[in-house]
Amino acid sequence: MGINWHDFFIVGNPLILGSQIAIGLTMIGIVAVVTYLKKWKWLWQEWFTTVDHKRIGIMYILAGVLMFFRGGVDGLLMKAQTSRPEMKFLDAQHYNEIFTTHGVIMILFAAMPLLIGIMNVIIPLQIGARDVAFPQLNALSFWLFFSGAMLFNISFVIGGSPDAGWTAYFPLAGKEFTPGIGNNYYAIALQIAGIGTLMTGINFVVTILKMRTKGMTLMKMPMFTWTSFVASIIIVGAFPIFTVALALMTFDRIFGTHFFTLSGGGMDMMWANLFWLWGHPEVYIVVLPAFGMFSEVIATFSRKMLFGYKSMVFSVVGIAFLSMLVWVHHFFTMGSGPAVNSVFSITTMMIAIPTGVKMFNWLFTMRKGRIQFTTAMLWALAFIPCFVIGGVTGVMLAMGAADYQYHNTLFLVAHFHYVLIPGVVFAVFAGLYYWWPKMFGFMLNEKIGKIHFWLFVIGFNVTFMPMFFLGLDGAVRRSYTYSAESGFAPLFLLSAIGAVILAIGFAALCYNIYWSAKYADRNISNDPWDARTLEWATSSPAPFYNFAKLPEVKTLDAFWYMKKHNEGLTLNDNEIKEIHMPSNSGLPFYMAVVFGVAGFFLVFEWKIAALVATIGIIAGLIVRSFDYNDGFHVTVDEIKQTEKAWRGNDKGVNNHVS
Amino acid sequence: MSANVNTALPLEYQTEQNRMNILGFWIFLGAEIILFGTLFAVFSVLNARYAGGPTPKDLFEIKDVMVETILLLTSSFTCGLAIYEMRRNNRNGLLLWFIITLLLGAGFVFMEVTEFIHYVHEGATMQTSAFLSSFFVLLGTHGLHVSMGIGWATMVIIQIFQRGITPVTARKTFIIGLYWHFLDVVWIFIFTFVYLARMVS
Repeated sequence: MGINWHDFFIVGNPLILGSQIAIGLTMIGIVAVVTYLKKWKWLWQEWFTTVDHKRIGIMYILAGVLMFFRGGVDGLLMKAQTSRPEMKFLDAQHYNEIFTTHGVIMILFAAMPLLIGIMNVIIPLQIGARDVAFPQLNALSFWLFFSGAMLFNISFVIGGSPDAGWTAYFPLAGKEFTPGIGNNYYAIALQIAGIGTLMTGINFVVTILKMRTKGMTLMKMPMFTWTSFVASIIIVGAFPIFTVALALMTFDRIFGTHFFTLSGGGMDMMWANLFWLWGHPEVYIVVLPAFGMFSEVIATFSRKMLFGYKSMVFSVVGIAFLSMLVWVHHFFTMGSGPAVNSVFSITTMMIAIPTGVKMFNWLFTMRKGRIQFTTAMLWALAFIPCFVIGGVTGVMLAMGAADYQYHNTLFLVAHFHYVLIPGVVFAVFAGLYYWWPKMFGFMLNEKIGKIHFWLFVIGFNVTFMPMFFLGLDGAVRRSYTYSAESGFAPLFLLSAIGAVILAIGFAALCYNIYWSAKYADRNISNDPWDARTLEWATSSPAPFYNFAKLPEVKTLDAFWYMKKHNEGLTLNDNEIKEIHMPSNSGLPFYMAVVFGVAGFFLVFEWKIAALVATIGIIAGLIVRSFDYNDGFHVTVDEIKQTEKAWRGNDKGVNNHVS
Repeated sequence: MSANVNTALPLEYQTEQNRMNILGFWIFLGAEIILFGTLFAVFSVLNARYAGGPTPKDLFEIKDVMVETILLLTSSFTCGLAIYEMRRNNRNGLLLWFIITLLLGAGFVFMEVTEFIHYVHEGATMQTSAFLSSFFVLLGTHGLHVSMGIGWATMVIIQIFQRGITPVTARKTFIIGLYWHFLDVVWIFIFTFVYLARMVS
């Protein structure tokens, strides 16, 4: 029982030793800098205990970018290992761990927080609300996600990383074949983060249903709000399945049950079914909000209303519905039989229909528009052809019979990178460039942005396009090396070169953030892009109460209408009333700590210690039950001052876009 | 956010925040339905995989399960009476029925734990077979929910003692009511598909 101390720290691998030292030094460095600058109090009061949706969103985005970096390093290590045949850079075990953590981190700890972060910042602003429905729950969601992400990340220096793939298929992921504790990290860290995500889903469903401002009917909601709403519903419908699957995995691995084992009557294929019953909807959870962002960006920079708004809404709902009916296409080759495979082939191909509708809607939005080639718009433009390649290869994979040829090859890997990178990463970049002024009050540099764009898009295509051909030639995924005789070497090398370009592109983004934070002009208007939706009706960055007077909506693209008809743009002093806002709370942070500690003990199968830590969780819940803090009121004078600061300078702002 | 008060509605629905909390809890119950639905699906896949271990016919005793069922169903009824008293603004009646509800719930949990201990003594543990793994996890999840509900409701009872029936305590009581009835519905499915169906076949 339990895990021995000598397994605690991973030793003997120079790469990991280097990381351990680097992590140690970075942590000491951060603590030293914060202490030196005397920022602990500020950090605690303004950020760790905040319930402001905009700050929570920014913390999500920051965590997401960090995790994107970590996942990207994993990707580079894999590309380095496969750049030449018979490379000796990583051994098989280390390669297994890296492709596992790359997948988990990119999907769950990079894509999810980046999207949920932007949702957090923008949705309440877009619907004209002052916060989300449950602000403190929102903070808890973030901190649980963060706790799960950190728990997962320490795995590679303490105890060992999971190594059974991000899908963690049984029987491989069971105790029999993966006896170490790596996969315990998978089961428990994802569980903690997943609870946070489920709470976010509930929060946003209620926020969007109940907190829309006066006049904003469902069919007058901005498209990003619509797609986030539908994604939140999918979260509520799909994440409990993952919760159960992970719990059963934990029981199998730590308590010796027989859900997915080969012995004792367990059924290993049930894991694959449960995993993809969550996993396929998960793809749409990340891609739908991204579609919403593209819709906003394309409409804004085409200077036109979104084409086919209604068909867009119906196609989003259709995609959500179909997303629950396609999971078997992930394992056509596992012997379900032709009848089952045919049904799932058809449902899978049907997804191409609503997605095609959306594609044409975007194209027709641009038709006869006055397109402005801003960086955000460039991402949206590049998304369309790249995503179509991902989609078309997806339809190829959807054919059950043909899938026997593609399954488990790099063709599949190329396909889902062509879906997820244009579909999610491009969208997040577009969203960041577009909404950055609303978050921080300055714009990202457009020139560096374009360098970032070209490097990233070229790097992306050079990395993943060769993998289609490698896959068709028979190169399998998750294989740590290949022979020189296979003839794969040139394309693998090309792909590795692409990955380097991709990495330089990401570095350009980081430099852009640094440069803009330091030098960018702060004197910008509340509406620097001449945009169409309500988030631009308030100052940049938005005040913590969002709107001094809640806007009234008459049409789609409400802010555009307000500007054209010059309605509701001004604010009279007598319209200002006291605003009620929620108070900060340290409880979500505390909960994340105890959840992390309990999870850590459980990973190491120290059951008694985990049980003791659980008392800490219950204590937190009890404190919350007796918490009657009803928030505070912002005084009229304070609102007047804040509003005067940005409303007065209508003529004085510098314009940065023509 | 406490604006938009509508005194024509029942106490727990009067403020906007309360209405959002109640809607949020309904959506949470939707997620719970998916969670239990998944556990039921797992059970239905594994329920004939005894791996040489005991079968339902060797284990289940319908009399004890019947008592558990009656305890829990009755507690759902008394929970309804508690909400009725709350609507009549009768604090003592609310507390009385609420406490009776929890005692019945505690009786249910006690019976269930005794039942589990009995099975373990007969050599039927969750490590024995896939059938028993799914049995213990499905019922254990439900039992844990009931236990959590008892602890949570105790906190709310203390708050009603301290504060009386206010919009906030009324909302908390109402939400626990929803939770309690939901657990009752889940138990009806457990009773039907886990016990009765297994004993017939």
